[in-house]
Amino acid sequence: MRKAFFDHISTTPLDPRVFEAMRPYFLESYGNPSSHIHDQGQAALRAVDRARTGVAELIGAKAGEIVFTSGATESNNLAVLGAAEGAGGGKRHVVVSEVEHFSVMNALIPLRNAGYEVTVLPVDRNGVVDPDAVRRALRTDTALLSVMHANSEIGTIEPVGPIGRIAKEAGVAFHVDATASAGHIPLDVREIPADLVTLSAHNFYGPKGAGALYIREGTKLTPRTYGGFQEMGYRAGTENVPAVVGMGAAAVLAGREMGAWAGHLARLGRMLWDGLAAIPMLHHTGHPSERLPGHVSFWVEHVEGESLLLFLNMKGVMAASGSACSSNLRGHDEEDLVASPVLRAIGVPSDICTGSITFSLGWGNTAEEVRVALEALPDIVDRLRAMSPTYLDYQKRQAKGG
Amino acid sequence: MAAGPYSEKVMDHFMNPRNVGEIEGADGVGEVGNPACGDMMRLYLKIDEGRVRDAKFRTFGCGAAIASSSMLTEMIKGKTVDEARAITNQQVAEALDGLPAVKIHCSVMAEQAVKSALDDYVKKNAG
Repeated sequence: MRKAFFDHISTTPLDPRVFEAMRPYFLESYGNPSSHIHDQGQAALRAVDRARTGVAELIGAKAGEIVFTSGATESNNLAVLGAAEGAGGGKRHVVVSEVEHFSVMNALIPLRNAGYEVTVLPVDRNGVVDPDAVRRALRTDTALLSVMHANSEIGTIEPVGPIGRIAKEAGVAFHVDATASAGHIPLDVREIPADLVTLSAHNFYGPKGAGALYIREGTKLTPRTYGGFQEMGYRAGTENVPAVVGMGAAAVLAGREMGAWAGHLARLGRMLWDGLAAIPMLHHTGHPSERLPGHVSFWVEHVEGESLLLFLNMKGVMAASGSACSSNLRGHDEEDLVASPVLRAIGVPSDICTGSITFSLGWGNTAEEVRVALEALPDIVDRLRAMSPTYLDYQKRQAKGG
Repeated sequence: MAAGPYSEKVMDHFMNPRNVGEIEGADGVGEVGNPACGDMMRLYLKIDEGRVRDAKFRTFGCGAAIASSSMLTEMIKGKTVDEARAITNQQVAEALDGLPAVKIHCSVMAEQAVKSALDDYVKKNAG
């Protein structure tokens, strides 16, 4: 059975060209970039520097403004905690949107414990942050504003340009989590006044375990790890050289090719979006047009998300759910079973809060694969509805009410 | 066919659930859970001479919820009312060759459903 992977928002396959770029840095050029008096160390240092330039160019930054990390979670933690602590001058207020990733949201826990005040900005039903709400939330003691570029669960692209200009006027450091968007849609720090930008390599066909934080020159930030002087002192520890090299190579390829792929993804995404209209009582989530190319998200009345995904997987179609039920399957206890905060934020009724489905398409997907998914879905929905007591009640209500 | 985090037994009962449906004029009906919490189960029992003669269910929920419902109906058919009431969530989970830790509540839902349906049966018979 042919398998169709529609979960590129969780991770993307490594581009074989990226793998080839990484390969020499496992066995041949194994040097430590910090020990560069000899040839091995020099080769590693040069490779890391090249990768830094590659990542910088993807977002219009200078190489010296890129700090490599282990991934988006570490970058988000460094940005939020580092900027909150680094702001100084009695600034102890942080503003975030309601739909930020856990690695931003949970970084607020130690800040709250340390006495910081946090303002959480609501989003509208499409998941969009209102720039006017940002303006109202910023204060003279605000240390940091954090708003993501695009949301992984519902695909919505946030107006980070207007929001960034408001932050700049107010003199507040602005962090943009671009994990879901970088390498897929353009983001240029010469146009968008972001001070901190989170990037993740494995979300744009690079390796896992590599991320970066863009730190605009002059941004006040304290480190989260203490040790040597790697990464300008922001991130002590020997660099993961092969992964860093892979991230650089992936960034160069994405910068060159994302425009061409965006058309392909948008076409397939549109085909999937339109095809879903055949399923009654299906609701799209996120902004209808301001969204990631090839990202289609929805929920279906009287159908639980995980069950739908299990049946799809049996048909060789791999998609994801924003639902607590499936996304936290590896959690430790039932406390982990919380409804998706993003779906709650956009006002999806709580009695169907577990039903959210996300299809995130990638370069390798084909129209044929989208057809397979569209053919499989109606039967699965019928099957699950036939089993659902809520659907039975709905049908009885319909019969009675006419 | 095992898939993802589930045992083959769970997947079998999820893909081919036994005893889906409702019983007209059931002697006991139990309903537990809430779609807002992610799952809901309705259980119908036909009881005759103190024995569960038939059991059918409808469930809204994840793979583990549907499999637990299906397994429960298999386990209680033919049992006396007292035997059915004594079934524990651990027995349901064990019969499915185990459930992931975060899905144990699905087997609890099955246990509660049978108790709820038997309570309904007792109430109907008392009245």
